[in-house]
Amino acid sequence: MTVDSELEGQIAEWRAYMDRRRELHHTDADELEDHLRSRITELTEGGLRTDEAFLIAVKRMGSLDDLSREFAREHSERLWKQLVLPGEPDSPATRTRRELPVMVLCAAIAALAIKAPGLFGLDMSDDNGSFYARNISLFALPALAAYFAWQRRVGIRVIGVLAALFVLGAVAANAYPLADDSQSIVLTAIHLPIALWLVVGVAYAGGDWRSDRRRMDFIRFTGEWLIYFALLALGGGVLTAFTMGTFQAIGLDAEGFVSQWLLPCGAMAAVVVSAWLVEAKQSVIENMAPVLTRVFTPLFAATLLAFLVAFIWTSNGIDVERDVLILFDLLLVIVLGLLLYAISARDLTARPGLFDRLQLVLVVAALVIDVLVLVAITGRITEFGFSPNKTAALGENLILLTNLAWSAWLFLGFTRGRLPFARLERWQTRYLVVYAAWAWTVVLAFPLVFDFR
Amino acid sequence: MHITKDLVAASATPLVLGILAEGESYGYAILKQVNDLSGGQLEWTDGLLYPLLHRLERLGHVESDWQTPPGGRRRKYYRITEQGRAELAEQRRQWAAVVDALRGVWSAAPSITPIMAPAWEAGR
Repeated sequence: MTVDSELEGQIAEWRAYMDRRRELHHTDADELEDHLRSRITELTEGGLRTDEAFLIAVKRMGSLDDLSREFAREHSERLWKQLVLPGEPDSPATRTRRELPVMVLCAAIAALAIKAPGLFGLDMSDDNGSFYARNISLFALPALAAYFAWQRRVGIRVIGVLAALFVLGAVAANAYPLADDSQSIVLTAIHLPIALWLVVGVAYAGGDWRSDRRRMDFIRFTGEWLIYFALLALGGGVLTAFTMGTFQAIGLDAEGFVSQWLLPCGAMAAVVVSAWLVEAKQSVIENMAPVLTRVFTPLFAATLLAFLVAFIWTSNGIDVERDVLILFDLLLVIVLGLLLYAISARDLTARPGLFDRLQLVLVVAALVIDVLVLVAITGRITEFGFSPNKTAALGENLILLTNLAWSAWLFLGFTRGRLPFARLERWQTRYLVVYAAWAWTVVLAFPLVFDFR
Repeated sequence: MHITKDLVAASATPLVLGILAEGESYGYAILKQVNDLSGGQLEWTDGLLYPLLHRLERLGHVESDWQTPPGGRRRKYYRITEQGRAELAEQRRQWAAVVDALRGVWSAAPSITPIMAPAWEAGR
């Protein structure tokens, strides 16, 4: 009996080590324990003493670090934030210690970069508004990409590609002779950040941008980054209000300082700081994006269904105003976001449940509404011809529509238990390339196609 | 004889799918069967089988559920899916091509065969 209890004690200790690893879920540890026990049973039947059998069985299981690393590779959704996988040979402690200074350096570079044009006479006044609008993403995102490039130790070739893409973006934003009030300027100001954000994604993936898992990690990162950025912006708003108020109380006007230094530099630095926060503080709180998704998916589904019912009931036509296409583009973006973050947090092997059906309802409702809008708007476009704005809005609509339509199809297959959920995930990660291609097309080709209108 | 890590990794998926194609099974039994089939030549680190099984599950090649046999421990059983069978057939075609090519090389260079063959035997 004592031999048995000794063995049980050893197994319990081993089990405790397992449970301490975040990348190993409880059920995984159960599965491994079952394996360990089977092995011990076999060895003791072969004539070994239990403690010998235990040692051999543990040894054959492989080192805990190797094991956790393999589990982490396979289940990156469980600890995607933990960037340096445990026991990886290239994760010396010195690097984590230098992490904070490097981040501060990158944030400082981003903050100073936005003041650099001021040295060349392009100060932040309304006259230069379009310069800053075009180039806004070129101040902070290179610093962010550099931070990731350092942290992931990417190769020299990847660094070359990243640098080339940022230069390309800078040339595209500034080389075309665009008038300050042209539509193309606005389009560049919107699309260049998207294009360059996906370039940051290449750095985020450490150059391994073809990997579906790394892409999904980047999607998760994007959602969390947005949330942290919004939180920092809120804090920054409070700081601004106090700066203005307190200085006003002693008769000094701080508005110049706030609008020239505090806001622009703070916003640029916040881009890098939020990224660092996402990376560093992930283990402290639950991922927020999936939680928000859970809350808002039913609400959005209800709203869209109500809209459809009202549309059919009243038989009011959709008022095809100029901005309506953009409004519905944004709606599709939100629905897609809800879908993406539900996917990113989902346990890939769980069976379809009520929430998945709700998600399907949401996607289908958005699709139906969008088709209605497209039908209504086609007439207008053929009547008035293509402008850069309309073409971009229409293109985006079609891209999102394609994505959601195929997602709905895959989702239907999944809820009926015919397709694995991973198919849907793969579809979304592969589709990132389409966004990149479209954003670059708008930035690079639209001004040429539309004669710099 | 020691089979290199790369070869072990490359052959893991078709081996596991092939074993599951004969009927549902669990991790330890799969590992034992790999061991038997290869005459002890293929040595896997035990624990690393499970991440592989989970990956196959995520890709939809296998399904799993927990079962408790009467008087036994709770255990996770894996079953191959239709998609997994298709994948197995595909892997089989690919491996057949590789083996054919290798055979061609061995017979084209006859000096290798007679020396190597006894070496393999001796390694056992």
